[in-house]
Amino acid sequence: MLILIVGCGRVGSSVARAMLREGHEVSCLDEDPESHARLEVGLEKSWEDLGGQFTVGAGLETEALVAAGIERADAFIASTDGDNTNIVIAQIAQKRYEVPTVIARVLDPLRAEWYQRQGLNTVCPTSVAINMLETAVREGGESSGPPDDSAEAA
Amino acid sequence: MYIIVVGAGKVGWNLARELLEKNHEVTLIENNRRRYLTVEQELEHNVSYGDASELWVLERAGIQRADMVIAVTGDDEDNMLICQVAREKYLVERIIARVNNPRNRQHFDLLGVKPSVSATDLILRLLEHEVPEYGLVHLLDLQEEQLEIIEMLLGSDSGVTGRRVGDLQMPEGSLLISVLRSGKGFVPTADTVLEEGDEILAVLDPGKEDDLKILFGPKGNGSNGA
Repeated sequence: MLILIVGCGRVGSSVARAMLREGHEVSCLDEDPESHARLEVGLEKSWEDLGGQFTVGAGLETEALVAAGIERADAFIASTDGDNTNIVIAQIAQKRYEVPTVIARVLDPLRAEWYQRQGLNTVCPTSVAINMLETAVREGGESSGPPDDSAEAA
Repeated sequence: MYIIVVGAGKVGWNLARELLEKNHEVTLIENNRRRYLTVEQELEHNVSYGDASELWVLERAGIQRADMVIAVTGDDEDNMLICQVAREKYLVERIIARVNNPRNRQHFDLLGVKPSVSATDLILRLLEHEVPEYGLVHLLDLQEEQLEIIEMLLGSDSGVTGRRVGDLQMPEGSLLISVLRSGKGFVPTADTVLEEGDEILAVLDPGKEDDLKILFGPKGNGSNGA
């Protein structure tokens, strides 16, 4: 399975490493050549040696998307730092290239919800954070720490 | 009409001013605080501060009752999505989007954001018109209707000068509709003989430009290779 990730920030690079570790083919596209270094954080070998692909370019550039392999991608993740960019390129992946699984990271809950209803799979970290904070406050701060397994390690 | 204009740059500001002078009701939305304060000195309550890609900002501006939304920010993604949301969520009947980078026009089309206007494309069209060597000039593109009208100047090396219109093998999906000669236009008949310096107007299906260039352009043989 080829997974194309556009926007290689903290979220994109972490997902990329996890997917590569699970044995998938992973291709990353980012405007900033420096973001390649973020991909290799914690890796024992270079990203390419581990089978990863990295392309420098913008998600709106057709040539860059094609070079990054969008035409044969099975999954597409839009995780740049711009909501509007993510929503536009996710729709391009969905409508023009008919990528089977398309997910867009959208920080604005209202737009995330509306586009979700239009048939675009959106993930809204803001909503997740809001829910966690509300839950934490209601439970009196007892479970405000990280999830269970990391608590054990501490 | 109630018109929402997004982006108070040079284009948006002037547009809002013109529309107000034509007695339209206008809200201009700008998300840069400093720019907003500058424009607000002139346009006062007709300017609103906020990021129009956020739904509540559009709703506060009264998008539910807007007759038209015009997105002219310097950011193509913003313009695309503001118009997409205006049409699909708020059912605004008319939208106009500005294309900053002409290479993004395909994305506007894909998202159904039409019409879109690109200053670069417009200047290129004018350039084509002012510089006849450029060959074929697009006079009108009706994308929805799948038709375009083009103009071409017949140079001294055109293969069709001195020939009868009736003898031309016009490519399928194209029709010669008018000839401009010495500043006057007329509808040609089969017996019209084309001359050097004539400008021909043709209506055609999209994608037929190249066939027409071959027929009417330099070294064209007027019979499509026969």
